Amino acid sequence: MFSTDPVIMLLILGLPFLAALLAPTAVRIFGALAGWLLAAFPAIIFLQILGLSDVISAGGAVRGGVEWVPSLNVELSYLFDGLSFVFGLLVTGIGTLVVIYAGGYLKGHPQQGRFFSFLFLFMGAMLGLVAADNLYALFVLWEMTSITSFLLIGFGNQRAASRRAALQALIITGGGGLILMAGIVTLHMITGEASLTGVLASGDVLRESPLYLLAFLLVLGGCFTKSAQFPLHFWLPNAMEAPTPVSAYLHSATMVKAGVYLLMRLNPVMGETALWETVLPIFGGTTLLVGTFLAVRQTDLKLMLAYTTVASLGLLVMLTGWGTEKAIEGAVLYLVAHSLFKGCLFMVAGTIDHEAGTRDVTKLAGLRKVMPITFVAACLAALSMGGLPFFYGFMAKEEMYYGLLGADWSFLILAVAILGNALMLVIGAAVALKPMLGDKPDHLSKAHEGPAALWLGPIVLSVLGVIGALFSGATHELISSPMASAVYGEAVSVKILGFPTYWSTPLALSIVTIALGIALFTQIDRLRAVMTSLLNTIGWGPDKGFDQAVTGLVRLAHGITSSLQTGRLETYMVVTFVFVALCLWVPLTLGGEMPDWPVFAALQFHVWAIIALAVVGLIAVVNAKSRLNAIISLGIQGFAVALIFMLFGAPDLSFTQFMVETLSVVILALAMTKLSLTPSDHRGWGQFVLDGSIALACGAGLTIVLIAATAGPFNTNLSEFFTEYSRIIAHGRNIVNVIIVDYRGTDTLGEIGVVVITGLAIHALIRIRAAKVRAVEGDEAAADLADNGLPADLTAQTEGAR
Amino acid sequence: MQTLLLRTVAPYFTALMVLFSIFILLRGHNEPGGGFIGGLLAASAFAIFGIAAGVSAVRRALRFHPLSIAGFGLFLGTVAGIPSLFAGVPFMTGLWVYPVIGGIEIPLSTVLVFDIGVYLVVVGSVTSIALALEEGERR
Repeated sequence: MFSTDPVIMLLILGLPFLAALLAPTAVRIFGALAGWLLAAFPAIIFLQILGLSDVISAGGAVRGGVEWVPSLNVELSYLFDGLSFVFGLLVTGIGTLVVIYAGGYLKGHPQQGRFFSFLFLFMGAMLGLVAADNLYALFVLWEMTSITSFLLIGFGNQRAASRRAALQALIITGGGGLILMAGIVTLHMITGEASLTGVLASGDVLRESPLYLLAFLLVLGGCFTKSAQFPLHFWLPNAMEAPTPVSAYLHSATMVKAGVYLLMRLNPVMGETALWETVLPIFGGTTLLVGTFLAVRQTDLKLMLAYTTVASLGLLVMLTGWGTEKAIEGAVLYLVAHSLFKGCLFMVAGTIDHEAGTRDVTKLAGLRKVMPITFVAACLAALSMGGLPFFYGFMAKEEMYYGLLGADWSFLILAVAILGNALMLVIGAAVALKPMLGDKPDHLSKAHEGPAALWLGPIVLSVLGVIGALFSGATHELISSPMASAVYGEAVSVKILGFPTYWSTPLALSIVTIALGIALFTQIDRLRAVMTSLLNTIGWGPDKGFDQAVTGLVRLAHGITSSLQTGRLETYMVVTFVFVALCLWVPLTLGGEMPDWPVFAALQFHVWAIIALAVVGLIAVVNAKSRLNAIISLGIQGFAVALIFMLFGAPDLSFTQFMVETLSVVILALAMTKLSLTPSDHRGWGQFVLDGSIALACGAGLTIVLIAATAGPFNTNLSEFFTEYSRIIAHGRNIVNVIIVDYRGTDTLGEIGVVVITGLAIHALIRIRAAKVRAVEGDEAAADLADNGLPADLTAQTEGAR
Repeated sequence: MQTLLLRTVAPYFTALMVLFSIFILLRGHNEPGGGFIGGLLAASAFAIFGIAAGVSAVRRALRFHPLSIAGFGLFLGTVAGIPSLFAGVPFMTGLWVYPVIGGIEIPLSTVLVFDIGVYLVVVGSVTSIALALEEGERR
């Protein structure tokens, strides 16, 4: 549509972010119309990507980009080949319909603008993820989809379940993303390439590398968490807490397929190894079965769909791992078919929920007459999900059976696939038919067809599922063949028709699947009862395991914190100063760098007098009975040191020492008066000797280090440089100041930042304590502040310090 | 510690100390001094004024919350680095101008702005801590 100049292309790919910025204002101004208007953004991108079809169909790829952080090999580059082309179309195409749908679904919601912003942020991230050529850009966008998914799942943040689901999804997918980052670094290390283009062109380098296993495991860690593979599948059903447009978009059609996308993307260079062909089918097959079984048990429309999404993702991983040409074609066909029918069914479930007020399948019936358009869409989608002829799902099922035939383990894997597909048909039929057929109960008397925004999406997606199968030649030329070629690594041409024309084994298997599915559907209530009792018998699931793990982690952290942070100031002081003494002594003794006793120059009388002053101060500190006396005596010693600095030519240092000394006396006195000024040295002799030894060790250590440091020849390079240039370059004669504000200005900037933060922290600590004091005096509001503003262990700590 | 003598002398004393601290700050580039020392000096002035006349008097006299002053100092310190970006030199490179005002050439620089930022940060943070402690003591 527009030019494919890299900059224009990047700007168009970035349009969702602009939409995210504009959405709240658009909702405020246009109200219910905003959904229709905002849908123009993804629609434009859809058309732009569709415009690349000539190149893609011919087996080519479109690349481009700009540099981002060249020193780290990070660039904003995009790669559109068959795989990312199809994903791009799905993200923007379904995105357009979901935005329209959300406009109707959340009509009048006070935070609809925010919702649209989150949705567009996700769209931008997801589109970037599938379009990204650079591995690091891919990672950044991958994590961004996790974060935006967190925001969307937690959209109804007043509900605890919603918050928990959001956090759970973030921990699992975000954590998986971190594993993936390690995987990406490994890929980069092995191949020396930071772009997918480069990695894909590296041939057998990855497979033959000794680090293959590591890269494989790390990539899998990212993909399996994102694509909800068993046993990390549980976050996906929980994510159904999100508003239905989100479930339709993120948690069925797009985001959860990111893991599958990456596996497919890397299949040409990482696939075809024994590891790949064993691990992926095992995990995928298990996920397929677990997902479908758990789906049968549910009565909530969205949860039924969510578990079949888990199952479908398992099926996709299984097929990708199986890796034969036909299996890949089956995966590719199924991925598109799934996005179409599952996106549709989720929107149908949302519409039913929205118009009938419940999505419990046992309470719904007879809606076909009042919701005719939704009914048609639901039926078409369910038939595609069941894999009946003349539907997209049929092509996918036939092709995957072709692909799974004829290997050693075919029997087993086919059994898994057939059972999974049959159960998928059961759920599809249950979701589409149960609420629609039969007599309408009284409590649904107000149910009616939704507005156009709510039925447009379902009907478009379900009809596409039919058209795609009827005109299979065009579908394959535009979608299937280029995508399968990109995943398989060689040019392949998908031929399968949308309806059977001759007898074949896969057709027989299809018939078995459908017959089995229909048979099971008639027994769905009994199946549900069996599954429920089975799960009750087991009683434990990964979802509970997640809670236990989180609780355990919190306990562990709390245990470590409370054993390290005892809240006793004395312990802190002892640990700190013992460590200081070790730092001073250990390198000296182990390194054999004990200095010789130096020859001191003869000192003049007044210098001796000042030293004597310092010593008097010290003796006074040690002997002082009251704390105030001790603080002031410490001041005497400090001023004496400042005088010494002055005498030996360091006026700046001396000046600072004077000020610091004054202020520390003032502040220490203030702090001590807050604590207690009465003499309360409760230490016994043993403790006294121990503390004294630590103090002496620190003092003597520092002295020896200083002697050692000054014993060596003094390197005058720096001081000569500063003396010579501070006037010329920095226009200042005070070298110290010139260093602070000019030569090392950026350091100082960081330091004053630290000073401000320290000031804030101390201020807050004192304030909290003051609030607690008021609380003791009966100020209820302050008591609340003190209690809520401070975790329990921290309270204990401040009390301990008192 | 609110003796009559101290309370009478404190305002003049504080004013002198603050004035001196600004002098120290401004001369710092060539003579001993600078933002850090100046800041400490001013902070001790406020602390002493607080001891003598009470915290609320200091807060009134300062007009702004000490931490706001510290925050503004940090802002100033950061802003001082920005002109260098437009001059095409690395961040925080000092830039100088020499306007002649009333026949006297006055050297001004981003470095001076930065030093004033340091001064304000130190004054603000230390005064904030000292005042908060003094306030607690008086309860």
